Amino acid sequence: MTPELMEAGARVREAMARKQGDGTGQSGGRRASYGSVVQEGVLDTRHGAILYLDDITVSFDGFKALNALSLSISAGELRCIIGPNGAGKTTMMDVITGKTRPDAGKAHFGSTIDLLRLRENEIASIGIGRKFQKPTVFEQLTVFENLELALKADRGVRSSMFFRLNGEQLDRIGAMLSLIHLKDGAQRVAGLLSHGQKQWLEIGMLLMQDPKLLLLDEPVAGMTDEETERTAELFLSLEGSHSLVVVEHDMKFIGELTQNGRNGKKVTVLHEGSVLAEGLLSDVQANEKVVEVYLGR
Amino acid sequence: MSAVLPTPARAAGPSTARLSPKAWSGVLAALVAVLVLAPLLNLAVPQGHPLHLSDYAVSLIGKIMCYAICALAMDLIWGYTGILSLGHGLFFALGGYAMGMYLMRQIGRDGNYQSDLPDFMVFLDWKALPWHWAFSDSFVATLLLVVLVPGLLAFVFGFFAFRSRIKGVYFSIITQAMTYAAMLLFFRNETGFGGNNGFTDFKRILGTPIATPAMRMTLFVLTGLALVGFFVLARALVRSKFGRVLQAIRDAESRVMFTGYDPLRYKLCIWVISAVMCGIAGALYVPQVGIINPGEMSPAASIEIAIWAAVGGRGTLVGPIVGAFFVNGAKSWFTQAFPEFWLYFLGALFIAVTLFLPQGIVGLVRRLRASAAKAEVKA
Repeated sequence: MTPELMEAGARVREAMARKQGDGTGQSGGRRASYGSVVQEGVLDTRHGAILYLDDITVSFDGFKALNALSLSISAGELRCIIGPNGAGKTTMMDVITGKTRPDAGKAHFGSTIDLLRLRENEIASIGIGRKFQKPTVFEQLTVFENLELALKADRGVRSSMFFRLNGEQLDRIGAMLSLIHLKDGAQRVAGLLSHGQKQWLEIGMLLMQDPKLLLLDEPVAGMTDEETERTAELFLSLEGSHSLVVVEHDMKFIGELTQNGRNGKKVTVLHEGSVLAEGLLSDVQANEKVVEVYLGR
Repeated sequence: MSAVLPTPARAAGPSTARLSPKAWSGVLAALVAVLVLAPLLNLAVPQGHPLHLSDYAVSLIGKIMCYAICALAMDLIWGYTGILSLGHGLFFALGGYAMGMYLMRQIGRDGNYQSDLPDFMVFLDWKALPWHWAFSDSFVATLLLVVLVPGLLAFVFGFFAFRSRIKGVYFSIITQAMTYAAMLLFFRNETGFGGNNGFTDFKRILGTPIATPAMRMTLFVLTGLALVGFFVLARALVRSKFGRVLQAIRDAESRVMFTGYDPLRYKLCIWVISAVMCGIAGALYVPQVGIINPGEMSPAASIEIAIWAAVGGRGTLVGPIVGAFFVNGAKSWFTQAFPEFWLYFLGALFIAVTLFLPQGIVGLVRRLRASAAKAEVKA
């Protein structure tokens, strides 16, 4: 090999290294991952987003509950979704969690998991937790047992028959009981809790599942002001480690979550089944279309 | 409750003690009664002695214990999982028919026509056993059939019903239709199960005569053991996390689903267990009563099972057993004393329980005990 050839080769390598190290490309500095293997059931958020909805349409007897809805949530983001009644907020959650099958469109969890191919319990197992609009807990079981059932563990029939809590799991339940302020009520039957406490219990059950994405449908309905404030704090503390989608009517609560737009969180406004506006709360509130359909009633 | 967490939390781990000491002593007492007391009083104490347990009482209690197993099975699926089946009589009858086929073959040539074939086949002028009687001469195969036939039917039926998410009253109605359809099928002579007469006139079981006091007592003891065994099994199931998932399905099935459990598997599992329990009860019932016919598959028979569970107390394990004894005890007394009023009484009982005793007899006892304890505290 001649010295000229070696020199030319070194130049080419250098140029290549410069090109790869350059972070100003279209992918935002991330390298394309060549030859990465799609692993079934493993969440892939390397492209930044944890949830993609693309052109989702759902119609009930001709009424379009969702009309070509597209939405993308980044990993670790806390996104608030608002919209008037019938805007399709709950239907959107139904689609994500597998309760409703859309007529058209795509829904992906991370880059690789197609949500439309999975059943409700499978979607829950891969890390999407959902809180219902009406608090739904196991009314005849105790608070402790509610959390125990939600605890991340093998969901199979046989392993449930022979399941025993270990010390670490007991500690997790204990920590959750204090987080949701139900430590003293651990042995109470869940049906006897107040509305706000049930909401907290349900949020606790969601967190016991260790989900990556939490869908929260009106989480502070029926809570006192103090409880609402604590809930906002809790959600803000989860941000980063979890991704959250909060559907809410209570503008005060949205204001608390987004610190009135100061922390740069985006708010999405739904109207008639599609996205009407998206941006900072202050911008959205100033948007004329939004004022017309929702805020300025 | 103490503020230190692990203590109440640990106390809450219900899986640590599957049977409380009180429950164990109850189980022990039941075992002594069945294994020692009943045989002694029936076989050793001479007739005419005030403590003698009559043969009539032995066969009556034996029969009711079979019913109690059914009520227990009904409670697992209805009381704990919230799925009301009005077709459990079918599983009971299938277990009974499997055993009945074996007993028919045991008659051998002692039937009216002195043929190798059961009498009803001779009467129908059949020359050979139909295919589904192939294994009926083997006792071991019969025991397998007693478990497999109700189990498989329940599995297939349950799989499709639960997969289609059929719930509530719709499920009850199709189970009712299922047992009714089976009854019509078994009524036909061509089905090969003796038509509307069913099987009767049994002579032997395992080569020994069936109508002796010793055999009656053996069957009685076996039934008692089965009942106690199923009670302990049901208790273990209900006290495990599995049992709590079942109750969660009863309270909020959608939450169970969105928590990551597949309700189909849980429902199917308890449904099959419940059906197999009924099948075994049926197999124990037939040799004691000496007859099985399609009447056991009638919708009314299945509804009665639900009534036993409701009267005794749903969602408790002692309840259905108490209910089966109470209702059937009342029935055997009533049908002797006021034969024409029994059905009125049964209807009134069901209405009264629904209106005033939502938790059945066991719930009533608990309430009385609680108010007595309160009165004591006051005094």
